[in-house]
Amino acid sequence: MSRLRLEESYSFNRDVLDYIQHASEHGLYEIRGLGAKRKLPTFDDLTFLTASASRYPLEGYREKCVSKTVLGTRHAKQPVELEIPITIAGMSFGALSANVKDALGRAATAMGTSTTTGDGGMTPEERVSSKTLVYQCLPSRYGFNPDDLRKADAIELVIGQGAKPGGGGMLLGQKISPRVAKMRTLPEGIDQRSACRHPDWTGPDDLTIKIEELREITDWRVPIYIKLGATRVREDVKLAVKAGADVVVIDGMQGGTAATQQVFIENTGIPTLAAIPLAVQALEEMDVFGEVQLIISGGIRTGADVAKALALGADAVAIGQGVLMSLGCNSEHWCQGDKKIDATADYAKLDTAPGYCHHCHTGKCPVGVTTQDPQLEQRMQPEWGARRLKNYLQTMTMELTTLARACGKSNVHHLEREDLVALTIEAAAMAKVPLAGTSWIPGASGGV
Amino acid sequence: MARVIEFDLSRRSVRELNQYLHHELPAGEQRVEILNPNGMHSLAVGLDAPIDVEIRGHAGYFIAGMNKQASVTVHGNVGWSVAENIMSGTVRVKGCASECAGASGHGGLLVIEEDASSRCGISMKGCDIVVGGSVGHMSAFMAQAGTLVVCGDAGPSLGDSLYEATIYVGGRIASLGADAQEEPMTKADFDRVASLLKQAGIERDPKSFKRVASKRSLYHWHADAEQEY
Repeated sequence: MSRLRLEESYSFNRDVLDYIQHASEHGLYEIRGLGAKRKLPTFDDLTFLTASASRYPLEGYREKCVSKTVLGTRHAKQPVELEIPITIAGMSFGALSANVKDALGRAATAMGTSTTTGDGGMTPEERVSSKTLVYQCLPSRYGFNPDDLRKADAIELVIGQGAKPGGGGMLLGQKISPRVAKMRTLPEGIDQRSACRHPDWTGPDDLTIKIEELREITDWRVPIYIKLGATRVREDVKLAVKAGADVVVIDGMQGGTAATQQVFIENTGIPTLAAIPLAVQALEEMDVFGEVQLIISGGIRTGADVAKALALGADAVAIGQGVLMSLGCNSEHWCQGDKKIDATADYAKLDTAPGYCHHCHTGKCPVGVTTQDPQLEQRMQPEWGARRLKNYLQTMTMELTTLARACGKSNVHHLEREDLVALTIEAAAMAKVPLAGTSWIPGASGGV
Repeated sequence: MARVIEFDLSRRSVRELNQYLHHELPAGEQRVEILNPNGMHSLAVGLDAPIDVEIRGHAGYFIAGMNKQASVTVHGNVGWSVAENIMSGTVRVKGCASECAGASGHGGLLVIEEDASSRCGISMKGCDIVVGGSVGHMSAFMAQAGTLVVCGDAGPSLGDSLYEATIYVGGRIASLGADAQEEPMTKADFDRVASLLKQAGIERDPKSFKRVASKRSLYHWHADAEQEY
């Protein structure tokens, strides 16, 4: 009996064949939401050296561990003061429903942290629900205006995004509802392509003057963040500092998006893990470490991730995809009161399934998170979402302080690189911490 | 008649100027003259009051940025991004403007009596811009709404990736950008040009103008557009 031997090509495997067939059929690249799906070195590849005989821990159930975080101390009259170092990343009304933006504000306020606008401007709902709101100044300038600028608690000048550094925003026609169109001064239903460069400045010297203008308009009251997609991190952070940033936000390769080209998501930028040490190095070389705060985003999921980011030198993190998942993204069901309504059929209509969905760009989110459809958006009610997100933020904060106490720290900001080792050579090289069981930092400390 | 208040930038800072214009201008005072601007940046930015501001000399970047209500006149040339994100009111430049004049302006009127450099009216969202001379390349790039009137010539790639803004050009157009097309002038167009020229105080026959608007062929993704995106 003959045996058929099937051997799949490594170079032209089934995924690659699917890509070639799709490209051949449609003549257009694939657009999708969320972030990189490829395997990358992550915070999971680090572990804490918690206290034992050489260090003593804090009592986990008795002793306080401070998580208060202050951002924007360099130039602003009113720095941002937060209760926790976990902030909500910029996500637009348009990409998300108004209900979701409302829920983000409520949860952030309940936890004493900030939320952030997005490409499309500030909605009245999110301003009301968010005690601390960061107003993004993006290349598109959709809905950007001086009244909202003066209402903001901080300004985030967005140069790039981890999912698509070097690329502009995108919102397909299904999500350009009448309200979104009006806020962005666009015709309803068009496939919106945002600019990738700011309209009124180009290089870092111009950026310096742009920042001065924003400070003059706001009477030097609020901090100015600069958000960068993680590519040439060391050089970019230095330029941001020189331009006058109060806070630098680095968004790593795992950062999400509502819609962009797949080729961008999987093939640009560097992992978040690799970006942090480069940013810290730049701040140290500019002698502003601690004076200019560092926010890290891109694939932050758990309290352990937050703790590791802080130990590597970040002052805070920003989360986006985790927030959406907290609100039901990729869940099998959505909730109507106490009832769980099965959504798997709606995933199937998008040719996907819970756990695999990245169809934010279609506006047909089965759980009502990334949609402008009046019926679908009712699937995520603000009260329900705010409760869920508060729980998620609270859990992460508890995990963060648990790890900090175990490392003997009474303040989460006292976590340090010395508390970490790496479990893989790649992570050791990127994070610039020793490989576990050795003193070897590949690329930094010579031999083993 | 309100008295004219002089603010001399050889003796006081830009920060003091903007603070004064935002919060300290005495009630009823509606005219401020800024002396010795000497190319300084961010003068008279973020104004939100019906006042007249005269800048006596050349000024730098972001002059009258995000203006609301105020009438700002520069008696000289300006650097990049004059009247960026203008919301309402009027900004007038008696000389030339460098790049990105009126960038992402939402409303109001910007008048540049001489030439404007490249990307004039980039990303404009409802403001009107009248240029007495010529404009550089990529002017009105991704312009979403509003009107750009150019009395002289327009540089290459005019109106690239236009949305619903309209461009009128009195002179030659070096080339049109992606998705921009020349269209016939209607009576409404002639009236619009005449009205804006009158507001700008520029004498020119509206009949000499051409209209440029979006073909709207890039409003939806499709394979045939390829590099146009």
